[in-house]
Amino acid sequence: MKGNYLNGYWKQNIRYLIMLLSIWFIVSYGCGILFADNLNAFKIGGFPLGFWFAQQGSIYVFVILIFVYVHLMNKLDRFYDVDEI
Amino acid sequence: MSVQTWTFIIVGITFAIYISIAIWARAGSTKEFYVAGSSVSPLANGMATAADWMSAASYLSMAGLISFMGYSGSQYLMGWTGGYVLLALLLAPYLRKFGKFTVPDFIGERYYSKQARLVALICAIFVSFTYVVGQMKGVGVAFARFLEVPYTTGIFIGIAIVFFYAVLGGMKGITYTQVAQYCVLIFAFTVPAVFISLQMVNNPIPQLGMGGTVSDGTYLLDKLNMLSTDLGFDEYTSMGMDDRINVFFITAALMFGTAGLPHVIVRFFTVPRVRDARKSAGYALLFIAILYTTAPAVAVFARTNLLQTVSNQPYVEMPTWFNKWEESKLITFEDKNKDGLIQYVADKTQNELVIDRDIMVLANPEIANLPSWVIALVVAGGLAAALSTAAGLLLVIATSISHDLLKKYLRPNISDKGELLAARISIAAAVILAGLAGLNPPGFVAQVVALAFGLAASSFFPAIILGIFDKRMNKEGAVAGMIIGILFTTAYIWYFKPQLGGPGTPDGYWFGIKPEGIGTLGMFINMIIALVVSRMTPAPPQEVQDLVEDIRIPRGASEVKSVH
Repeated sequence: MKGNYLNGYWKQNIRYLIMLLSIWFIVSYGCGILFADNLNAFKIGGFPLGFWFAQQGSIYVFVILIFVYVHLMNKLDRFYDVDEI
Repeated sequence: MSVQTWTFIIVGITFAIYISIAIWARAGSTKEFYVAGSSVSPLANGMATAADWMSAASYLSMAGLISFMGYSGSQYLMGWTGGYVLLALLLAPYLRKFGKFTVPDFIGERYYSKQARLVALICAIFVSFTYVVGQMKGVGVAFARFLEVPYTTGIFIGIAIVFFYAVLGGMKGITYTQVAQYCVLIFAFTVPAVFISLQMVNNPIPQLGMGGTVSDGTYLLDKLNMLSTDLGFDEYTSMGMDDRINVFFITAALMFGTAGLPHVIVRFFTVPRVRDARKSAGYALLFIAILYTTAPAVAVFARTNLLQTVSNQPYVEMPTWFNKWEESKLITFEDKNKDGLIQYVADKTQNELVIDRDIMVLANPEIANLPSWVIALVVAGGLAAALSTAAGLLLVIATSISHDLLKKYLRPNISDKGELLAARISIAAAVILAGLAGLNPPGFVAQVVALAFGLAASSFFPAIILGIFDKRMNKEGAVAGMIIGILFTTAYIWYFKPQLGGPGTPDGYWFGIKPEGIGTLGMFINMIIALVVSRMTPAPPQEVQDLVEDIRIPRGASEVKSVH
């Protein structure tokens, strides 16, 4: 019973990982590398968009992703009552 | 006051701070020595991780590299930050729950095998030692250049400082010194950037200033693109023809390598709880991002400034910094067409100016005519970056010897006091050895840094990830994967690095992948081999499967572990 219950915790954790790592992949490898040329046709301020993603944007998104993960996991830990006191 | 006086004062003050911290944070047990008693707050650990991670290379060389590479420089920016997302999501919380001292500890216990521990041990020492020699070299160069002492004296001063706080305080001393060093280095990096950003685009935030407009109303990046293409260089913001696959693979190798580097991973053993490990990785990346988003701005400013200052200008009118760097042969000028003007162009036959990329960060404040205390600050920052990384790496080497080798193999019955003494002796020996290697650095050091990342990516990273996420992964699979991953990556790098004696030429690159990026392929090969072999061999014993179940759940990490 306990085992099944914690399976839910682990599955939800994996779902979060897939979601967050997809964003991680899209901003860096997608916007910053694979489609950088195409995105460079657009501009934000003085930045060609692909270049901005590669040298600025992706790094900001990385930081945000970790803090979103921290928030999601703290909530999940409490929900499944496996957090530390 | 002269630059040199300022440098003495500022470097002197920062060193006094590091030594005071070391005396205050002495280690009394092996737990304090190896993992700072697992009592470091996530915020402090984040700063310490950032200082540990950002080496002399990040601080001194990266902005310069990017300013010469333009878009392709992005591989360093994304590669050396994106790995922290992997660390935070896939490694740090689980390794903290596992709750031992070293990466070989994890490999050895998860794969219930002394051989696996030994493989991990050798990799950890090799990777760390390669790195630390480079740091020592950085210390020597910075001292030699700005205090005008001989290179060897510079290295001896560096050894003495690291020796003092690493031997005395272990991880505890190193952690709190690194917090101070982070503050010094980030202040020293951002201050000149803010000044230059104000000068060039009238915006105090370099990250925004990089996309700002110069006095004639054109965007800075457009102007830089124009200046570059006029001289025959590639457009600064665009990708070169054959860049895409290499930027992709090198970025990935650096990311996976970062997440597999022992001196970074071990930092997450120092916080009290699993949720602190997660949060701490977030803080670490935030602190790193401050430098990593400023660096590309510095690169753009420096490149524009440089092109405007030198291109087609009379040689005799060059400012003093130009001549100063010429003396040390880091700038060389040869007037090929004898017109007295400097032709700095992409075409090698007509180009008259060669600039060493490493000098850009140090020269930048001078190029922009900033006050001399700013230049002194930059030197103190460079030293902080080199010393903090060196100390973290040396601790990994010492721990590997006293804990993984001595305690786990040779003398399992050694007392905590005895192990602590052994740890102090091995770190002392490691400091001296690294210093000696730094005095006479083997020419291949720069070449093997690529190997260090490739090795970490193709060995540790898959072994740890699979150990956590694949309960069925067994000793046979992990060891086979690690060995084949390492051998493949090492062989490819050796074969295509003429500096290491390899016979290969760029024509022979697989899919056009440079040796720096091959760790990515090595990692996938490792994973596939490990998965296939593990499914054909017996499942791991029940207690190992229980261990995997246990590290997936946060509760209980802060309880005292009985045996270590």
